[in-house]
Amino acid sequence: MEETTVQTEHMAKYRKSNLWKQVFRRLVKNKMAMTGLGFLIFIFVFCMIGPFFSPYANGGVDAININQPPSAEHWLGTDALGRDVLTRLMEAGRISLTVGLGAMVMSVFIGTLLGVLAGFYQGIVDQIIMRTADVLMTIPGLPLLFIMAAVMSEWKVPAENRLYIVMVMLSIVGWSGLARLVRSQILSLREREYMHATESLGLRDRRKLFVHLLPNIVPLLIVVGTLSVGGAILSESVLSYFGLGVVPPTASWGNMINAANSLIDFQNRPWLWIPPGVAIFLTVISINLLGDGLRDAIDPKMKSR
Amino acid sequence: MDQKEPLVEVKNLKKHYKDSSRSLFKRNQSVVKAVDNVSFTIEEGETFGLVGESGSGKSTIGRSILRLTDITDGEILYKGKSVHQLSKQELREHRKSFQFVFQDPFSSLNPRIRIGDAIGEALLDHGLATKKEIREKVLEVLNLCGLAPYHIDRFPHEFSGGQRQRIGIARAIIMDPEFIVADEPVSGLDVSIQAQIINLFSDLQEKKQLTYLFISHDLSVVEHIATRVGVLYLGTLMELGSRDEIYENPLHPYTKSLLSAIPIPDPTVKRERIVLQGDVPNPANPPTGCKFHTRCPFAREKCKTIVPEFKEVEANHFVACHLV
Ligand SMILES: Nc1ncnc2c1ncn2[C@@H]1O[C@H](COP(=O)(O)OP(=O)(O)OP(=O)(O)O)[C@@H](O)[C@H]1O
Ligand code: SF4
Ligand SMILES: [Mg+2]
Repeated sequence: MEETTVQTEHMAKYRKSNLWKQVFRRLVKNKMAMTGLGFLIFIFVFCMIGPFFSPYANGGVDAININQPPSAEHWLGTDALGRDVLTRLMEAGRISLTVGLGAMVMSVFIGTLLGVLAGFYQGIVDQIIMRTADVLMTIPGLPLLFIMAAVMSEWKVPAENRLYIVMVMLSIVGWSGLARLVRSQILSLREREYMHATESLGLRDRRKLFVHLLPNIVPLLIVVGTLSVGGAILSESVLSYFGLGVVPPTASWGNMINAANSLIDFQNRPWLWIPPGVAIFLTVISINLLGDGLRDAIDPKMKSR
Repeated sequence: MDQKEPLVEVKNLKKHYKDSSRSLFKRNQSVVKAVDNVSFTIEEGETFGLVGESGSGKSTIGRSILRLTDITDGEILYKGKSVHQLSKQELREHRKSFQFVFQDPFSSLNPRIRIGDAIGEALLDHGLATKKEIREKVLEVLNLCGLAPYHIDRFPHEFSGGQRQRIGIARAIIMDPEFIVADEPVSGLDVSIQAQIINLFSDLQEKKQLTYLFISHDLSVVEHIATRVGVLYLGTLMELGSRDEIYENPLHPYTKSLLSAIPIPDPTVKRERIVLQGDVPNPANPPTGCKFHTRCPFAREKCKTIVPEFKEVEANHFVACHLV
């Protein structure tokens, strides 16, 4: 008897993981998604671990070697303060990736929470949440970010904490789309007979939400979450480029490109702005490829859309 | 007749759906009277068969009785208590004693939940048993419902339609209910499986002294299990009587037509064949007078204007027709 229960439990674990295993197998077969994932891993390792191997870490200013083109000592040259561009690129990547991931986590959390509340409780709760989302969605994201950034720059936040402000701003702008998706998913799940069954069994709301509804929207969250990291990184770059996001001396890919702002730098010192540009481009493309691959792997039916 | 209080009493039940398809410029509100003044009782221990075509309001009645939907008017008494006036807490208590078995065996189970958990979760949620006790109880009802112990850790997609319906029944039975509404529990299944599931319902009724409201669009399905039958047309009861009365002495033209569509295995029994003309009218715009008059082969002039009374023609046999 003992043995058989152990065996059935083992089988059950196998089956449970099977669903996700299938997803994984489909994802691995997708060459584009795997390329994206490969690049992301590379970029991640490059930014997070790279600085430890650099002799120029922690923004060492070198007044003698300013604006040097790439050389054996400085593979990507130096900037106007004589800092090593390669090292700075890696340090900036840490910030940009952190902001992207942080903003994603926050907006997924807010979007899921509000979307679930709206879809599950409906009525006045739904009205308030969705009208707010509508308003946010009718205002184009970037101008809204600019306004918020302008207001927040009044608050004299220390430069090294600016990235948290940027995360919060991006998630305030970013939750509404996800909230809508989650809400409509919840509304359609509510009409399944198994949800009527939870009602007829008299189950508590807590169980309906956490056992029956949330697990069914996890795939959606994974896909939307992944894709939104790319968007957040882009927005952060734009903000920082305009000096409204992460500000120097803290480096971010966006404020590094700012170098292209000056005509001399743009024409004569491409090592200042091409590397961060390429980094942003590759990261965002890779994230999108991975996100699309995840979507196809999780729900092959969604592919046609 | 003994004077025992009925288990369920449906009094003048009305349920209207407002279909407000509002466009920017016009606003046409049509009201669908899904259930239109229906009254009947269900006695303890019986099986009440509710029969009608698609869209006649069968599910709506079943769902109203268990308060899975609000009602527009009327009253539903369960053991003398008005179901739609219970507080949230009282309702949760009541949910233990009446259960629902759903029509679609595929969508009635959450694809991500193992069937052992699906069957046992209500006990857990109501705090009626510990996890260990629940596993034992689940195994017990699996056995009662003709499923194997090793099914407990499987996911719904690993089962056939008939097995899933057994799971749905097990989920209802584990609460030890007194009353079960079974909403077309066999209509999604192969004919060969239907009989097995109906037998399961009968067995369980015997073992657990259950009372059923058994819904079907097919009179032949209900024949073997019902003790009384109500025939519904466009949200209104047309005929109501004991099983024997309905099948051997049908009085309403609609009931007769439904019965005449069932092939009879015994060639010595003759039954006049009534073929209905036309389709079921749009429920948003039902016929005046007798709702059946557009399709009734015996319709008279007065049928078009005067609503026939639902009267007791013989003892406990009610019919709504001017001819009877
Ligand atoms: N949520 C709803 N909103 C609007 N109209 C509804 C709703 N549910 C049911 N109706 C309408 O009420 C009427 C009765 O529906 P109901 O589901 O009770 O019929 P039924 O007899 O169970 O049919 P079926 O055999 O197809 O299950 C139908 O005309 C249907 O269109
Ligand atoms: S009342 Fe008239 S129309 Fe209605 S069933 Fe009887 S005969 Fe037919
Ligand atoms: Mg129905």
